Amino acid sequence: MKKLVLVMLIMLAGITTQAQEKKNKNAKYDIEVKGNCDQCKKRIEKAAYSVKGVKSAAWSEENGNLHLIVDESKCSVSDVRAAVAKAGHDTDKVKADDKDYENLHSCCQYTRG
Amino acid sequence: MHKLFLIAFLLCATLLQAQETISGKVLDEQNQPLPGASVYWKDTSVSTSSGNDGTFTIPYNPQNMYLVISYIGYVTDTVHVHTPQFISRKLTPQKSSDLTEVVVDKTRKSLERSQLKTANVTTMGSKELLKAACCNIAESFETNPSIDVNFTDALTGTKQIKMLGLTSPYLLIAEENIPAIRGASQAYGLSFVPGTWVESIQITKGAGPVVNGYESISGQINYELLKPMNDIPFFLNAYGDTGSRFELNTHFNKKVSDKWSSSLFLHGNARVAKNDMNNDGFLDNPLGKQFNIMNRWQYADAEKGWVSFLNFRYMRDEKQGGQLDFDPDRDKFTTNNWGSEINTDKADVSAKLGYVFPDMPYQSIGLQTAFNWHKQESYFGFNQYNIQQKSLYSNLIFNSIISNTLNKFATGINFTYDDYNEYVYVNQLNGFNGDRYDRIDNSAGAFFEYTYDNANNFSVVLGGRFDVHNRLGAFVTPRLHMRYNPWKSATIRASAGRGKRAANIFAENQALFGSSRVFQVLPQGAGGKVYGLNPEIAWNYGVSFVQNFPVFGKNAEFVVDFYRTDFSNQVVVDLYASPQQALFYNLNGKSYANSLQVELNYEITRHFNIRTAYKYYDIKTNYVTAGAQERPLQAKNRFFANVAYETHVHEGGKQWKFDVTYNWMGKQRLPNTATNPVEDRMGNYSPSFSLFNAQVTRSFSSVFEMYAGAENIGNYRQKKAILGADDPFGAYFDSSIVYAPIFGQMYYMGLRFKVK
Repeated sequence: MKKLVLVMLIMLAGITTQAQEKKNKNAKYDIEVKGNCDQCKKRIEKAAYSVKGVKSAAWSEENGNLHLIVDESKCSVSDVRAAVAKAGHDTDKVKADDKDYENLHSCCQYTRG
Repeated sequence: MHKLFLIAFLLCATLLQAQETISGKVLDEQNQPLPGASVYWKDTSVSTSSGNDGTFTIPYNPQNMYLVISYIGYVTDTVHVHTPQFISRKLTPQKSSDLTEVVVDKTRKSLERSQLKTANVTTMGSKELLKAACCNIAESFETNPSIDVNFTDALTGTKQIKMLGLTSPYLLIAEENIPAIRGASQAYGLSFVPGTWVESIQITKGAGPVVNGYESISGQINYELLKPMNDIPFFLNAYGDTGSRFELNTHFNKKVSDKWSSSLFLHGNARVAKNDMNNDGFLDNPLGKQFNIMNRWQYADAEKGWVSFLNFRYMRDEKQGGQLDFDPDRDKFTTNNWGSEINTDKADVSAKLGYVFPDMPYQSIGLQTAFNWHKQESYFGFNQYNIQQKSLYSNLIFNSIISNTLNKFATGINFTYDDYNEYVYVNQLNGFNGDRYDRIDNSAGAFFEYTYDNANNFSVVLGGRFDVHNRLGAFVTPRLHMRYNPWKSATIRASAGRGKRAANIFAENQALFGSSRVFQVLPQGAGGKVYGLNPEIAWNYGVSFVQNFPVFGKNAEFVVDFYRTDFSNQVVVDLYASPQQALFYNLNGKSYANSLQVELNYEITRHFNIRTAYKYYDIKTNYVTAGAQERPLQAKNRFFANVAYETHVHEGGKQWKFDVTYNWMGKQRLPNTATNPVEDRMGNYSPSFSLFNAQVTRSFSSVFEMYAGAENIGNYRQKKAILGADDPFGAYFDSSIVYAPIFGQMYYMGLRFKVK
């Protein structure tokens, strides 16, 4: 019985202290990503998910926000920016290579600048 | 020890729920709140609108991924939702050049098939539920091609539903994901749920999810009740028809605080006059009354992530059928007149508690608990059947992700306890028997369900559960669902799964009490643990294909699906042996049900829809006495059509709605009556026949509407509804062979009044 109590206490303690670790396992970010359609949305989210540590990625066509929840012990937001840019989509800090942009389907070639 | 309780309590408190909501705010281009914007889940009928401060709250189900926000004059916005977090959206005005050709807001169809869900789920919205004449959910399926509504017997007027050609015991029917219509309530349970209480119904064809248990074989029906948070302050519905049935539904709703809301639902119905349109001396429909009351409480604290529901319900239902002159006080248990009474009391308490982790919105924990008491006392001539059931159900679910939200899982444990007390007295020609069947069933199980969705064109749900049951033993229940969109507007689905259940032979076959049949249970060896019989086990496999395509610029939908149910064991109800017998035994040989459905739906204009469906059933069972035979009272071929037209909503909410449903039923195999005297025979097959229903609704404003309609306009009636009607205490009496309506043309009228 005592062991069980101990195990539960440790589990609970684990949950409560986790927030105080240096690395946030559930860090929320909104980054700006250019795109213009449903296909872009799928591509952007797929690129974001390809980064290990991205738990949730949702891009909005309407305001161009990519809403992220990332495990910072596994990756950083700049990794996500790089991956999204590699897929051809400009982000607020990292721009896509012209080559990657040109490779996008013609309907997805959003206005740059 | 105290500490242990405290910890256990804390852990429980962390538990989360299955009925989450998601809230948000809609803003215009100047960041001002936008009231009245419509908010709904894409491909579902779950909808709401934003309030005066632009905020909204909408039920969240992880299977819904796209939230659509629209407002006249603004660009419609679709939000991809992975997690139930607060959503703030700014709508942008349409360019004036678009406005001229803009279709304002696309009204959602009342019946929707999702392109994104993994399982074959059709959602019936509240609009669809209004199409039925009346008034409980058994009747609301009449405009839905996936479900067949049949009559069970010539006494009670009960409507029974079938899916994939199998009767409702093979379906799992759940109320807000808590199994509801089961055991003692199997025969009449659906008529104890007033239609106005229901917000929406989700129909899953084929193997269901593992989360709710192992009992579903041919599918699952889940109905969601109105949520106190979103309900309107007052609703009134009154109904009356030429069959002298009257109903009254009243709902009251109050927001007690910003976190607590409560609704009170009151329902009463009565059939007050005797009808005998076919002049056989028996009531076509029973006299009856029902009183039904429910109080719901909803708690929601969106910031902290807590949600809770509490429900309290009580119902009393009384039915009296039989010969016109039957007077229970004078004639009960005499041969003066044949009569029957069925009285049911039911009380339920259920609670749900859910918690969403604030910094991990994709992770949640939920606890559902329900206690149910059901007591039926009934007699049919000299036959008696009493059943009492006390049930306790509890389910603990944990939802989370594996590395990201493309990989979700649900896991948990559940516990079921059922205490049955039955008394069965069947009058036999030479002597009689009275038997008491008492049993306690309990089971505990654990489940795990993994969902992968590539957020594009493919998803799969793989589930399994392990249960230990005191009568069914220890067993594994696997289930699989897949969805793939091979090209634009097309969806292919496949599913497979196993189900296992104990058949409650008397509760499920109550119609047979209204006959002179002798009941015989033929146990197979000594192994049978439920009435001496072994549990039913079946595998169900299915594939479906949906293609949407434009015809003259309007949307058309083509659906084809095929399902097969293979019984490895079954409790066979044999009515082929003799018209004076009902035999119950375990399957010996093969039993299967194949079902093919082809649907073609067309939206001629935005307000004019046609749905058509053809269904083919091949259902055969090996009977010990008659060899392989079709299951009786099941049409092999059925055709269904529904046409719905509505006018534009005019100023102040004025609108007309028209709805016509056509059903054609092919011939049905009938139980054996060949050895009866000529006048009490029915032949091997019933004739085929058609039924027409129509309804008109007039909304005078957004607060008041009236409707009127007709059922069975062609006045088709079963020629001989009751065998041996002139000698109900003789050997040939049988009111259980019913393949068509007993009651002819019926007209009804009703009104709805809403205070918003």
